[in-house]
Amino acid sequence: MYHVVKKRLLATGIALLDVNAPAVAAKVEPGQFVIVRVDEQSERIPLTVMDFDREKGTITIVVQDVGYSSAIITGMNEGDAFQDFVGPLGVESEIENYGTVVCIGGGLGIAPIHPIARALKDAGNHVISVLGARSADLLILEDEMAAASSEVVIATNDGSKGVKGFVTDGLAEVLAQGHQVKAIWAIGPMIMMKAVVDYTRSLGIKTIVSMNPIMVDGTGMCGACRISVGNETKFACVDGPEFDGHLVDFDLAMKRLAFYKDEENRAKARLECNHEGGHH
Amino acid sequence: MAENIESTKKVKIPRHEMPCQEPEVRARNFEEVALGYTEETAIEEAKRCLQCKKPKCVTGCPVEVLIPEFIKKVAEGDFQEAGNVLKIKNSLPAVCGRVCPQENQCESKCILGIKGESVAIGRLERFAADFGMKTGKSVFEKPALSGKRVAIIGAGPAGLACAGDLAKAGHAVTVLEALHVAGGVLMYGIPQFRLPKEIVQTEIENLKTMGVEILTNQVVGKITSVDELMENGYDAVFIGTGAGLPYFMDIPGENLNGVYSANEFLTRTNLMKGYKFPDYATPVKVGKNVAVLGAGNVAMDSARTALRLGAENVYIIYRRSRDEMPARKEELEHAEEEGIQFRLLTNPVAIEGDERGWVKSLTCLRYELGEPDASGRRAPIAIKGSEFDIPMDTVVVAIGQGPNPLVTTSTPGLELNKRGNIVADPETLMTSKPGVFAGGDIVTGAATVILAMGAGKKAAAGIDQYLKGK
Ligand SMILES: Cc1cc2nc3c(=O)[nH]c(=O)nc-3n(C[C@H](O)[C@H](O)[C@H](O)COP(=O)(O)OP(=O)(O)OC[C@H]3O[C@@H](n4cnc5c(N)ncnc54)[C@H](O)[C@@H]3O)c2cc1C
Ligand SMILES: Cc1cc2nc3c(=O)[nH]c(=O)nc-3n(C[C@H](O)[C@H](O)[C@H](O)COP(=O)(O)OP(=O)(O)OC[C@H]3O[C@@H](n4cnc5c(N)ncnc54)[C@H](O)[C@@H]3O)c2cc1C
Ligand code: SF4
Ligand code: SF4
Ligand code: FES
Repeated sequence: MYHVVKKRLLATGIALLDVNAPAVAAKVEPGQFVIVRVDEQSERIPLTVMDFDREKGTITIVVQDVGYSSAIITGMNEGDAFQDFVGPLGVESEIENYGTVVCIGGGLGIAPIHPIARALKDAGNHVISVLGARSADLLILEDEMAAASSEVVIATNDGSKGVKGFVTDGLAEVLAQGHQVKAIWAIGPMIMMKAVVDYTRSLGIKTIVSMNPIMVDGTGMCGACRISVGNETKFACVDGPEFDGHLVDFDLAMKRLAFYKDEENRAKARLECNHEGGHH
Repeated sequence: MAENIESTKKVKIPRHEMPCQEPEVRARNFEEVALGYTEETAIEEAKRCLQCKKPKCVTGCPVEVLIPEFIKKVAEGDFQEAGNVLKIKNSLPAVCGRVCPQENQCESKCILGIKGESVAIGRLERFAADFGMKTGKSVFEKPALSGKRVAIIGAGPAGLACAGDLAKAGHAVTVLEALHVAGGVLMYGIPQFRLPKEIVQTEIENLKTMGVEILTNQVVGKITSVDELMENGYDAVFIGTGAGLPYFMDIPGENLNGVYSANEFLTRTNLMKGYKFPDYATPVKVGKNVAVLGAGNVAMDSARTALRLGAENVYIIYRRSRDEMPARKEELEHAEEEGIQFRLLTNPVAIEGDERGWVKSLTCLRYELGEPDASGRRAPIAIKGSEFDIPMDTVVVAIGQGPNPLVTTSTPGLELNKRGNIVADPETLMTSKPGVFAGGDIVTGAATVILAMGAGKKAAAGIDQYLKGK
C-alpha cells in the first residue's frame, strides 16, 4: 500500500498529495509520470510527478477532479492509501544548459512543468515561466514556481491577475522583451499546447509538449496511448510523454480523448448518485 | 496377446466429450465455457489409457508430464494423488489442462490416436488439477536453503515456472512484475471464459507458500535494471518478459476511435474487468458490428469477447483460407458455434472514419488461392477491383505481438536477434551476459503457455547449475 502522507487543496477541485513510494522516489526524474490504482475496482490512472523527495521517499502528485476516478483521488485524505502506484514511467525531460528557456504551464499543467523548470534552472538556464489559469483563484503553485524559475509571467483569461488573455499572450510578452529563447516546454490542456506550437512554429523555437492520451498499462503493451508524431504512430507512455510539439497531430489526439465520453459520463453520474443517496 | 485384445477393445471406446455451456447461453456470459468431467466420466476416460511401457504421449509434452502415471491414479479414483503426480513436472496443471494445444502436443502422439481417438489427456489433467485445488493440500517440503538469491523479471508462465523450480532447489526467489497482478498473459490476455482468473491466482498462491516473493508494480528498465539487480545482491537474473508489444497493420484509419489492439481490448476486459463496468471503473466499448483482424488464438479470444460484451455481428477477417487459420481447432469450433462470422480470403486495406473520428466502415479486398508456393501452401492473391465496404463500429487488430523493449534496451551487453528477441543458449538459457538467463516468448517470439513454462524450468536448471559453480 502506498499511503498519502500529506494533502493540500490548491483550488476548488484540485488537490496536492504526497504519497509514500520510496522506490519510485529514488528513481524518478522530471518529465516522468506514475500510474495509480486506488483499489481493486479502480481504473489505472496516469498522473505526472509534480515533485519528489528522495530522502523522505515521497512523490507529490496534483490531481484535478474531472471525472469518476479523479474525484475519488482528490477526495483522498492523509492516511488513505493507493493499492497500486507504478513508476517512474515514460522518458525523462532532456535537461541541459540551453541558455534561456521558457516553461509554460496552463491550468493543471503547472504541476508537471514544476520539476522541469527547477531542473532546467539547476542546470544553469535562465528559466522564464509563463503560468496560465482561467482566473486568479484557479492559479496553482505560484510560490513553488517562483522558487523554481528565474522569472514568472502570469496570464489569466479574465485578467484577474497578470496579463489578460492566454499563455500565448504571456509568451508574446516574454518574446517582446527580446529574450533569446532557445527552447520552450509547454504543458497543459491539449488545446493550449496546440495554440502554443502553432504560435512558435513560425518562430522556429523548439517546443516540447507533454502528451496525456488515455492509457492503460503504461508499459507499451496495449497501444491505447498511441498518437501521431511526424506521421508516425508513437506510444506516449514509453516513447514520451514528451514530444516535439511541432510534429504532433493534436487534432487526432484530441479526438482520441473522447473515446469513452459516454462511459465516463455514466460513471460520474453514478458517483454523484451514490453521494446523494449515501451521505445526505 | 492379452494386451493386444485389450487395446483393440479400448480403441473402440469413444473418447468422452467435454460438457460445455450451450452456445447460445455462453455467448452472452463470461463464465467458463467448458464445465469439466464428472468423477465418473474422468474414471471412464482414464481407463481408456493403455498404460504404455514407452508412452509416446510424454514425448509430445514440452515438460514431460508423467502422463500414464497420473492417468492411472485417476482410473483408480485416487484423484488427490493424480494431482500430486502432475505437479512433479508441471507447476500449473490446472492452467495447462485448459489452454495447451493438446491436439498438437501430448494427444497428437498418443498411441490410441493412430487407430482411433487419443486419450483426452488435457481434460484429465484439468480434472485432477482442479480436484487437488479444491482439497487444497499442497505437497511441499521446505528444502535446505542455498543462500543464493535469484531475481525473476516478469510473472508470466515462464517466470512463474522458473520461480517454482528455483524455490524447490532452495534458492531465495523474488519475482518483479510490471502489472498490478502476477500471471502475465494468463491474467491480461486469455479470457475468463477459457481460463478463470481464480485458478491462475490459486496457482500463484501455491508458489507464495513455497516462499517465492512476488513484487507487483515493478517495471524493470525504469524502477531498477538488470545490472542493478546483479549489483544489489542477486546472484542470477531470469528475464521472462513475454511478447507484449502489439503490432498494427499500418493501414489508414488505425488510430480512429473504435480501433483497439487485441492487447488493449483483452486487457480492459480481463485484467481490468471491464465486462463488469461500471462496478469496475475501466470501460471497454463495442458497437453493433465488430471486425477482428487476424485468425490466431488471440483473434478468437477477441471475437468471442466482443460477442459477450454485446456485439451483434462479429467478423473474423483473414486473408487466407480456413486451413491456414493458426487458431486451435477447438477454439475455432467454439467460436463458430457461438455465431462468429468468418470472412476468409478477405484482407482489410483501410478503416474509414466519420467526421468525429470514429470508425464507420472497413474497406476490404477479396483474395483467391493461387498456385502452391515453395512451402506447398496455395498463396492468396488479391482480386483486382474487388474492394468492398462493410459497415463497422469497432475493429480489433490481432495480428501478433513482438518483444517489449523496456528491459532489453536498458540492459547493455544483452545480445538480441533481428526481431529484438533475446538470444539464449539452447541448453542452459543463459544469455550473452553471465548470470543472466532468459526464456519464454521474449526468446522464442509469441508461442504457448507450456513452451514458456518448459523454458522457465530449463532456465531454473541452468541457473541452479550456474549457482553451484559459483
Ligand atoms: C501522462 C499523463 C499524465 C497526466 N498527469 C495528470 C496530472 O498530473 N494530474 C491530473 O489531474 N491529471 C493528469 N492526467 C490526466 C488524468 O489521467 C485523467 O484526467 C484521468 O485519468 C481522468 O479520469 P477520470 O475517471 O477522473 O475522468 P473521466 O471522466 O474518465 O475522463 C475525463 C478525461 O480524462 C481523460 N482520461 C480518461 N481516462 C484516462 C486514462 N486512463 N488515461 C488518461 N486520460 C484519461 C479522458 O479523455 C477524459 O477527457 C495525465 C494523463 C496522462 C496520460
Ligand atoms: C489472447 C491470448 C491467447 C492465448 N491463448 C493461448 C492458448 O490457448 N494456449 C497457449 O498455450 N498459449 C496461448 N497464448 C500464448 C501464451 O499465453 C504465451 O505464449 C505465454 O503466456 C508466454 O509466457 P511468458 O511467460 O513468456 O510471457 P507473458 O505471459 O507475456 O508474461 C510476461 C510478463 O512479464 C511482465 N513484464 C513485461 N515487461 C516487464 C518489465 N519491464 N518489468 C517487469 N515485468 C515485465 C508482463 O507484464 C507479463 O506479466 C495466448 C496468448 C494471448 C495473448
Ligand atoms: S502440460 Fe500440456 S502438453 Fe503436457 S501433458 Fe499437459 S496438456 Fe499435454
Ligand atoms: S500414449 Fe496414450 S494410451 Fe499410451 S500411455 Fe500415453 S495416453 Fe495412455
Ligand atoms: S498505455 Fe498501453 S501502450 Fe501506452
